Amino acid sequence: MIVGERKPLEEIIDSLEGARKVLVAGCGTCVAVCMAGGEKEVGMLAAELSMAARLRGLEIDVTQATAQRQCDREYLETLREQVKGRDAVVSMACGIGVQYMALHYEPLRVVPGINTDFMGANLGIGEWVEYCQSCGDCLLAETGGICPIARCSKSLLNGPCGGSSGGKCEISKDTDCAWQLIYDRMAKLGRTDRLARYRPPKVWKTSRDGGPRRLVREDQKA
Amino acid sequence: MGDASKAGHEPKIIAFACEYCSYTAADLAGSMRLAYPASVRIVKVPCTGRADAIMILKALEEGADAVFVSGCQPGDCHFLKGNARAKAMVPGVKRMLAEIGLHPDRVEFFHVAASQAQRWVEVVEEMTSRARRLGPNPLRTGGGPEYGPAAGSGGGEGDRPAEKGSAS
Repeated sequence: MIVGERKPLEEIIDSLEGARKVLVAGCGTCVAVCMAGGEKEVGMLAAELSMAARLRGLEIDVTQATAQRQCDREYLETLREQVKGRDAVVSMACGIGVQYMALHYEPLRVVPGINTDFMGANLGIGEWVEYCQSCGDCLLAETGGICPIARCSKSLLNGPCGGSSGGKCEISKDTDCAWQLIYDRMAKLGRTDRLARYRPPKVWKTSRDGGPRRLVREDQKA
Repeated sequence: MGDASKAGHEPKIIAFACEYCSYTAADLAGSMRLAYPASVRIVKVPCTGRADAIMILKALEEGADAVFVSGCQPGDCHFLKGNARAKAMVPGVKRMLAEIGLHPDRVEFFHVAASQAQRWVEVVEEMTSRARRLGPNPLRTGGGPEYGPAAGSGGGEGDRPAEKGSAS
């Protein structure tokens, strides 16, 4: 899922400068699951904003609503009534939702309520780790289901560097060496011979290096 | 907020009390004819794990002077971890209050077992004296921020968070 975390209240208040009627808009998908921008977090931010505004002598009317998703037009459209008459919207979706809402309701002022951190897995209650960097050319089949691009600090593609020690990465004792994990997993699978195979340098044109990416599925467009 | 306005202040305190322990302790305190401040309004919850940050925020938004959550002793939760979760949640609420401009001491977590009627009395007295020291909730009186950067230079005795609120 896309993992995010709430922005400091002061930053949100500053971004709302001059707005009298504010909608706090949540997103019921990724950021709801990582407890950053779902219906519950919307309620908390609305209460915080409302209280902070009163204490600062600002007259801000705060309302709240949550769409199932803010990255789909159909779901964004469900907020039309709530958006009406608002000076600004605090979108608690990831950066995608913030941008899509700003486009969908142009020229509405939309500001972010969370920082979008990464794409990750939920390893336990309140803990997420980055697992994918969307390079656009998945090589997990060759690395035992462990991504060296996202999980190796240097995104090395051909084994560990000299900073791997006791299975940990040199950047932190809390960070596993991805290549140690990959080797151990491949050993369990009895497939370490695959690691010795020659692989040509990775072609990064599917990654961010090629500029903003776009996917068009002609078979779905009809 | 001058000290004069704090002096005659009779606080309103909301307590989210677990029915398996603290609520029963409050009941026992009544049966034992133990006197404690009438400042507290008890909300019975099936477990402190049910007490959510938004419930605390709403209570303060509506004008409560202080809110506390009171649950079972560590390891004694009827639902295993509800008290631990509630205890972990409260520091997050304190941080939110600091951002809002309310004093973090207005919120606290306590452990009070069903047999600890006297402890319940002490907890209510502690929160009542804390609420008196902090003065009325500025959201109710129309005051400005009382804590954090929004309050300006701060200072004053009420600005320092309590040493340690939660105790056995």
